[in-house]
Amino acid sequence: MNVSVPINYTQAESDLIDRFEQRKADLPGSVAVAALREAAIRQLREKGLPHRRVEEYKYSDLRAFLKSAAPLAEKAKLEDLESILSNQNVFGDLDRYRIVIANGAFVAGLSDVEDLAKEGVTVSSLQDALAGETGAQLLTMPKTGQDDGIVALNTAFVQGGAVIVVREGADLSKPVELIQVATSSGSQAVRNSISVGKGAKLRLLETFVGDTGDGELNTVFDYTIEDGAALATTRLITGKVSTARLFTSIATVGAEAEFKSLGFIAGSRFARNQQFVNFTGENSEAKIYGVTMAGGEDLADQTLIVDHAVPHCNSREFFKTVLDGRSKGVYQGRINVAPHAQKTDGEMMTQALLLSEEAEMANKPELEIFADDVICAHGATSGQIDEDLLFYLRARGIPEDEARTLLVLAFLSEAIEEYDEEDVTEGLEERVRDWLAGH
Amino acid sequence: MPAVQETIDKVKAIDVDQYKYGFVTDIESEKGAKGLSEETVRFLSAKKSEPEWMTEWRLDALRRFQQMEEPTWARVSYPKIDFDDLYYWAAPKSVEGPKSLDEVDPELLETYAKLGIPLAEQEILAGVEPKNRVAVDAVFDSVSVVTTFKEELKKAGVIFCSISEALREYPDLVKKYLGSVVPVTDNFYATLNSAVFSDGSFVYVPEGVRCPMELSTYFRINEQNTGQFERTLIIADKGSYVSYLEGCTAPQRDENQLHAAVVELVALEDAEIKYSTVQNWFPGDKDGKGGIYNFVTKRGDCRGKNSKISWTQVETGSAITWKYPSCILRGENSRGEFYSIAVSNGHQQIDSGTKMIHLGKNTSSRVISKGISAGKSENTYRGLISAHRKASNARNFTQCDSLLIGQDCGAHTVPYIESKNASAQFEHEATTSKISDDQMFYCLQRGLSEEEAVALIVNGFVKDVIQQLPMEFAVEAQKLISISLEGSVG
Repeated sequence: MNVSVPINYTQAESDLIDRFEQRKADLPGSVAVAALREAAIRQLREKGLPHRRVEEYKYSDLRAFLKSAAPLAEKAKLEDLESILSNQNVFGDLDRYRIVIANGAFVAGLSDVEDLAKEGVTVSSLQDALAGETGAQLLTMPKTGQDDGIVALNTAFVQGGAVIVVREGADLSKPVELIQVATSSGSQAVRNSISVGKGAKLRLLETFVGDTGDGELNTVFDYTIEDGAALATTRLITGKVSTARLFTSIATVGAEAEFKSLGFIAGSRFARNQQFVNFTGENSEAKIYGVTMAGGEDLADQTLIVDHAVPHCNSREFFKTVLDGRSKGVYQGRINVAPHAQKTDGEMMTQALLLSEEAEMANKPELEIFADDVICAHGATSGQIDEDLLFYLRARGIPEDEARTLLVLAFLSEAIEEYDEEDVTEGLEERVRDWLAGH
Repeated sequence: MPAVQETIDKVKAIDVDQYKYGFVTDIESEKGAKGLSEETVRFLSAKKSEPEWMTEWRLDALRRFQQMEEPTWARVSYPKIDFDDLYYWAAPKSVEGPKSLDEVDPELLETYAKLGIPLAEQEILAGVEPKNRVAVDAVFDSVSVVTTFKEELKKAGVIFCSISEALREYPDLVKKYLGSVVPVTDNFYATLNSAVFSDGSFVYVPEGVRCPMELSTYFRINEQNTGQFERTLIIADKGSYVSYLEGCTAPQRDENQLHAAVVELVALEDAEIKYSTVQNWFPGDKDGKGGIYNFVTKRGDCRGKNSKISWTQVETGSAITWKYPSCILRGENSRGEFYSIAVSNGHQQIDSGTKMIHLGKNTSSRVISKGISAGKSENTYRGLISAHRKASNARNFTQCDSLLIGQDCGAHTVPYIESKNASAQFEHEATTSKISDDQMFYCLQRGLSEEEAVALIVNGFVKDVIQQLPMEFAVEAQKLISISLEGSVG
């Protein structure tokens, strides 16, 4: 329905609209950026927050979930930041570069800007770039995901982030951790623009530490992978957060390029990891993995759209979900194949394991195909732990709890192993164990 | 992989410009006034001498319909329908309710003969039982023309008549079950149907009876600017069995025609209903002009323990199809099945699939859907499999394949799989290799290739039903089932 009916705003919607009016003057950006922000907030005014009557949010009703919207987080204090960073370390002693975003803004002083420059990577501040002549370009969206409500919300409030440019042919010696920190409560709207030049390779780790209190987290990653380039990105959505955590990836994949990602969600009250992948060149590949764990009253949503707009591209989507308590898991995946995108090979699999009586899973693997010479397949399963397997392990003297842990770990590891990024495999499996220990 | 030549040829043979049933029967007919209003509904109800409660039921539906908005979620597009520019009642003048065969207008009999529907009851030759005798209820525009084999069925205790007759003769049965599966306000078109349904079939199979022959209804839309709104209600009482076939055709006209039917099935304890459809409404010409809008609500309720409902559909006609035959698996151990072949060609748009709603314990369902799109058509499978909290040990197996022929068509799959019970086991397969390992092994061992084996197994289910079809276009359906699965996508 395109008819705009006046809506009764929820508390959260009024909070957001008020917040915009109060803060719009001091949000960074040029006049063109300000216009984009206005357009985005108009979308909120007209449509409200995404709700279950919007097909893409059928199972994840953000409007019903978000009871209020806290003000944007204030600038982080350096000493708070340093103490959080030294106390919370997601990837242990893994050798890596670090880029820090704190309370919504890029912090050059704590990021390895100089070391990265030596490897051919320039890192700069998005809040500065938005003020520049090409600032508005940083906020424009490709076709898929263009009218998404979460992205619009991000555009309206974006405070800052990192602009990362990997020079043509650069091959970094170690991964880069993009760490987002909250030193105080408050909402954060972050956008990171990452571009991997021709033939270059980048491994990215995306983590979050701290506590936003009652503030929501809305982070958008905009990846441009040029011809022959490769990007592998591991996203961790972990820690206990009481409100919504919204992550969006927008990937534009050139010719003969590779995009690989793993979205790891463990224990978030309301987490949505949405990815929009656009192929713009031939012979490229996208491999997208998801590992989701949810318990209690959690809702964990993995959503993606892969748009095969050109011929000869492959995509592989593999998602694993484990649900406990009264949690709800959501998987929505769509492969689009455009009319002339012949020889597309798309394969999508989503599997869910329900550990408790009251957990629920919604799977929606979609195919939208307009070309006749393609191979596309999808599969979806859901069920509980196989009693026979459990019996087998117990018959060999393994206590029940441990046997269950082993089986869940084995179930989830399938995706982690196929993702095949050795640096992070161990760390991720450790996270799975942590989560299981807490349930 | 692209489709194989054999398949392409077969689909071409049933292309829209090959439509064989496009002739118009020149018969004097009587129409109600144009437009949708209380008067129309009262006129309809009076025309059929319905009891007072039925008129009220219809009027209530009409009032609700006027509050509703047309759904837009399906992947189909068409100009808005003007419900006030339609006739809701059209009947051949010579027909005043179904009567004996001798009294039926020969023109009508000829129409059905041309369509390959035998309306004359075959005589049983001395000592020779004809193999597949089928009782037919022939619906022409808004009325049922004739129902065959009524007497013989009556002997077995089976009631098979038009729904108008059932309303007069068996009002209690109708009142008890009508709207109990598809409630009046279920959806836009079902509500419209509730207000203005004209005719359709009514079947009641009493406890423990296995219906002695196949039952079938043949729908024909003849008049111009007329909507056909039929309502079918089938009740299988405890331990009974019935197999029901439905066929439909329409003349070739430039305008679109609306067909909004509601089918309700009720299976009580240990009962089984098998419902097969061969839908061959006029699909429009090769430029997409004309054709039937087929907006149908079909739902079966497995109300009793161990009941079973099986839907089989072969869809080749209609300009637009919007149809989701569903099963509500309420009774313990009940089972639902859905087998579908949907072929779209020309400018056809199909948005079809099924819903399997598991409510009871140990319920199981199986969905096999094959969509084939050619020409400039769009073919969407949309399905819901859901297990509710109490549906322990629910099982579902779904396989949906689609095949594209040519570059201008589209095939889409939109499955919704919702599990609210940990012991529910759902499998949704799009690959063609995983049917039953045992069956596969059996076939492979006998020298069939994997592809042949899969085709054999999948089509085996459908073939059973299609070969039973008494209608001439079963031939078309037969052609389809040999279509190869090669090059199909999930």
